[in-house]
Amino acid sequence: MTTQPVHFYQVGSFAVGNRLLDDSDQTVQSDPRRSNSLDSGHRACQGCGEALGARYVLDAAMRATSGRLLAVNATGCLEVFSTPYPETSWRIAWLHSLFGNAPAVATGVAAAMKVKGKTDVRVVAQAGDGGTVDIGFGCLSGMFERNDDVLFVCYDNEAYMNTGVQRSGATPPAARTATTEAVGPEPGNVFGQGKDMPRLAMAHGIAYVATATVADLHDLEDKVEHAMRLRGARYLHVLVPCPLGWGSAASDTIKVARLAKETGLFPVFEAIHGEITAVSPIRHRTPVEAYLSIQRRYSHLFGEHGRPDIVARIQEIADRNIATFGLSAKETDRGEKETSA
Amino acid sequence: MRQLPFAITLEVGSSHANHTGSWRVERPVYVDRMPPCNDACPAGENVQHWLYDAEPGDYEAAWRQLVEDNPFPAVMGRICYHPCETACNRAQLDEAVGINSIERFLGDLAIERGWALPPVGTDTGKRVLVVGAGPSGLSAAYHLRRLGHEVHLVDSAPKLGGMMRYGIPAYRLPRAALDAEIARVVALGIEVKLDHTVQDIDRERQEGRFDAVFLGVGAQLARRVEIPAGDSSRVLDAVSFLHRVADEDPPRLGRRVVVYGGGDTALDAARTARRLGATDAIIVYRRNRERMPAHGDQLEESLEEGVTMRWLSTVSRFEGEHLTLEKMRLNEEGFPEPTGEFEELDADALVLALGQDTDLSLLGNDPDIAIEEGVVAVSPSMMAAANGVFAGGDAVPSERTATVAIGHGKRAARGIDAFLAGNELVDKARHELASFDRLNTWYYADAPRTRRPELERARRQSTFDEVVGGLNQENALFEARRCLSCGNCFECDNCFGVCPDNAVVKLGPSRRYEIDYDFCKGCGICVQECPCGAINMVPEQI
Repeated sequence: MTTQPVHFYQVGSFAVGNRLLDDSDQTVQSDPRRSNSLDSGHRACQGCGEALGARYVLDAAMRATSGRLLAVNATGCLEVFSTPYPETSWRIAWLHSLFGNAPAVATGVAAAMKVKGKTDVRVVAQAGDGGTVDIGFGCLSGMFERNDDVLFVCYDNEAYMNTGVQRSGATPPAARTATTEAVGPEPGNVFGQGKDMPRLAMAHGIAYVATATVADLHDLEDKVEHAMRLRGARYLHVLVPCPLGWGSAASDTIKVARLAKETGLFPVFEAIHGEITAVSPIRHRTPVEAYLSIQRRYSHLFGEHGRPDIVARIQEIADRNIATFGLSAKETDRGEKETSA
Repeated sequence: MRQLPFAITLEVGSSHANHTGSWRVERPVYVDRMPPCNDACPAGENVQHWLYDAEPGDYEAAWRQLVEDNPFPAVMGRICYHPCETACNRAQLDEAVGINSIERFLGDLAIERGWALPPVGTDTGKRVLVVGAGPSGLSAAYHLRRLGHEVHLVDSAPKLGGMMRYGIPAYRLPRAALDAEIARVVALGIEVKLDHTVQDIDRERQEGRFDAVFLGVGAQLARRVEIPAGDSSRVLDAVSFLHRVADEDPPRLGRRVVVYGGGDTALDAARTARRLGATDAIIVYRRNRERMPAHGDQLEESLEEGVTMRWLSTVSRFEGEHLTLEKMRLNEEGFPEPTGEFEELDADALVLALGQDTDLSLLGNDPDIAIEEGVVAVSPSMMAAANGVFAGGDAVPSERTATVAIGHGKRAARGIDAFLAGNELVDKARHELASFDRLNTWYYADAPRTRRPELERARRQSTFDEVVGGLNQENALFEARRCLSCGNCFECDNCFGVCPDNAVVKLGPSRRYEIDYDFCKGCGICVQECPCGAINMVPEQI
């Protein structure tokens, strides 16, 4: 078999699909037979990043497990908007218990499957950032520590959204929420507090930790597929913009997520057994203003009474991420693909 | 509600009862926009469409799409000034798509593989006389044949091609490509009469019982200016000079040749003189580089070949071997004014390339045909007289390029077809232009343009070998795939993938998508993330 470098695919592998690629190279989302794990009729807001992220993750997991999948859900937006009685948007086996216990429930489900001899049935647990970094943190840490066979997915929209946008341990500095108002000398959320959940997960030494955004579908699907090939505790942290809580246009959900990555504010990486093994480099380095200024939760930083000093501090965070994770733009372009002939 | 299995509380698919489409205040609608390349093409090619066909490597389909509008891709891929590339949106991203080079690749491949033009239409029984076998006449003949009309093509020259043969030198347009593409058109069943000069168009029409006439007589008469010249001084015009070179009967010019003029013809004359052995080929032009009508890439190639320029100069006298130039300056309006300063230049020959006029003596004094500024006035359907005389190319007011002429030929053929059926030519409404600001360029892979190999300079100065090389299969494919498909869906699945509500339905290859308005909440992510701007957001009618 000879390998020849072929070609450039117009949209490379940035777009969802590509008519020029073989079926085997297509994304799950480009397949009209995808599971649509989270189906139409759900009550998420216009342009909800979490609804999109959940479908991306679960459809990929469904393909990776040939449909032998169970999902456990913590309380949160995702649970509330998908299952208002008597309707459900889930087209997969799905279980909800409480806000804080999703990791423990998932542990139990995985154990039950093992007892029943159904080791081909795989378990995904999912929660928002509140259910992950705050309320469910103890259960999650235990699940990691016991190395239970669960992929835990956090859909991070950086606050408690469905209860009215209250601050969580994942809310970024200077962001305005209902509980961190844009008043006083340090408006919005404080600097220097909060939990860096992906690195906390890495500190448990589990087999696989990864971050992703809804703006890079190929990367997200690859990570889910990789995670589903492994056994034991795994953690995936997906940034999902919230038009309601962030005050961004409904149409900008993917753009905002893309800017979070391109500014360096949200590092996208993979770690195996606590060591970072891969990062997604920045393609077009962008100042943080581009990301912040299209979100009303940061509107107090701009305009006549703006706070360029605070914007500069946020830029420092981005710059530090770029240095720490090695995110600088590289000559990598996924337009080129190697195919065999 | 039916009995659900144990521990199952809610029915799968039950959320479909909730028609979230009622939330919507704006709706996404798929549209097609006019890509700037198509918009700019004087021959009316559907450039984006044939690039789309070429992208999977289906070159024959691409070529077939191309020849729907223009039967000369191998020729145009060489000599067209490609306004498509000037308009190309990709130029704002990195560099314009090399449309012209792909066109040539397709044209050459078609010749190599012997692809035949599409079959002619059903015989209409109508006879059309085409006068002039240049680009406009050949294009008109081709399109008229395809519409089923009988076509008689006459030309005063011994060979077909008009200015493509007698005006454009072989180093820009090898005769093999020209001959092959012309032969393919003639093979559609066109009656050809060469070495035949039409003296009186009315008589010709009556004798041949033609139902309509197309005049594509070009602009063959070289413009002259009065330059005091000695008896021994050698002065000739660029049109007949290039014509004689094309006839393989080049005149002797000597070593030092001065060309007077600033158009593409002047450059061709100077470059041809270099190839015939002139050590000095100097172009004298009365304005400056910015105001030169010649195309920039042609000037670059000329300078690379050792042609030199005397800007802001006019020729005032030519005595023996001494040429007197007067220096000029541009006034505030940009017009050249004499300065009264003179300089001398030694020259063996002076070639005048000062523009061309059309010989319209064949029209007689037909009162139905309006002549304006030396050319034939025509309607939008290229009609010159209501009795069925049409005209195009250099003989009508135009930009005088081969591509424009080919466009005229096509348009006139449609006009003639409508006339013969007793109708008016009706134009389709044009789509809104696909502008750069509506593209989401994030999705396109970064890719610089493929350069066509150029012959080494040394070879270019002594031979008539072609200067610019072609693409191969590999880089032609790469280049085609650089197309952004501005304004028209190319099925990237982005809308289908990015909808948080699964409200986009994928209909399958080449059938695109549709929106399920029962569930579309109108968030607009699909519009924002469409790479090519093929979805519009429109207010919901309430």
